[in-house]
Amino acid sequence: MIISRTEFLYRAQLDQETLDIWLEEEWLLPHQAEDAPAFSEADLARAQLILELKRDLGVNDEGVGVILSLLDQVHSLRKVLADVLEAKRPDTIPDD
Amino acid sequence: MDPYDILGVARTASADEIQKAYRRLAKKLHPDLNPGDAAAEERFKQVSGAYSLLSDEDKRRRFDAGEIDASGAERPQQQYYRDFAGRPGTDGRYENRAGFADFAQADDIIAELFRQQAERARRAPGADLHYRLAVDFLDAVNGATRRLSLPQGGSIDVTIPPGVKEGQVLRLRGKGAPSPGEGPPGDALVEIAVNPHRFFTRQGDDIHLELPVTIKEAVLGARVRVPTPTGTVMLAVPKGSDNGAVLRLKGKGVAKRGGGHGDELVRLKLMLPSEPDAELEAFLSGWEPAPDDDPRRNLQS
Repeated sequence: MIISRTEFLYRAQLDQETLDIWLEEEWLLPHQAEDAPAFSEADLARAQLILELKRDLGVNDEGVGVILSLLDQVHSLRKVLADVLEAKRPDTIPDD
Repeated sequence: MDPYDILGVARTASADEIQKAYRRLAKKLHPDLNPGDAAAEERFKQVSGAYSLLSDEDKRRRFDAGEIDASGAERPQQQYYRDFAGRPGTDGRYENRAGFADFAQADDIIAELFRQQAERARRAPGADLHYRLAVDFLDAVNGATRRLSLPQGGSIDVTIPPGVKEGQVLRLRGKGAPSPGEGPPGDALVEIAVNPHRFFTRQGDDIHLELPVTIKEAVLGARVRVPTPTGTVMLAVPKGSDNGAVLRLKGKGVAKRGGGHGDELVRLKLMLPSEPDAELEAFLSGWEPAPDDDPRRNLQS
């Protein structure tokens, strides 16, 4: 489901300025629809993570960037690992 | 479990110590910092529940005084980012493969996997979009085409098949969100709500109708005009029809899935003249029902 910027601000409890900074830092990379960003539930969960890192865990802005970059690498590695394990299963042939 | 024990702090701990203890545990247990550890979420829920109780001065005071217990302090269910990462919803926007740059070239298998992943992301279809459409009773029975205005602007024409039911979901292929890559668009899923009708009701594939008739029509029999979803038909009311008698109009009901139609069931409702009628009164004062035909015989104790 696509979430508009206004709805995103409301559901993530963010103000305009903070969101602009996060977008500029590329902490959030919403899908670009024709003229406006189209956020998703995944972006919302990511915003929640950023908020918790800053508010609950006391991570400063530089730290947030580092954590997100490492997390993205972890998730990419996990995905590739899952694919490798999948490809190694003898009875499955990739469909493409 | 005691929130002080969960955070591992003394009951006399200062707000600062509580925050520190929480941060130390949260760094270890936050589900997003432990993408593969399913157990982390349960433990983190306890820890964050304990923290939300003890970090609120008022709640902490009331807990210490025994006014509230630790239950209900858990945060509502939360969707963590890790549940989305790497799933189709993010279409690879946050992927970062710097982690393999050193061995990707050396290893054809991984390079091939990357290619396949990218190809899959490119061909991933768009998201399905959900809508609700209210249709008139007769349109649901007979079928129709209705225009659905979309909240994001534009509209789609929805072909309502005959016999559609309340709550049924119509799938319009390719009318959903466009693909983020070059894949096909998603589908539009339209849930149908059927408005009630002034005099028809529907049960399954049958249409029910209450048909008012005069005493004369009921006693002597008559041919009367009866509305059906497809137009008016003539119905023969048999001589001596009682109030509540049900007459069946075969095939005048709702189109069935897989062919055929249900029936229309017409329930007769005897109506006295809407104004007192001197002629009828004069006639009935000279009329007596048969002495052995007591309509209340079943009520005798």
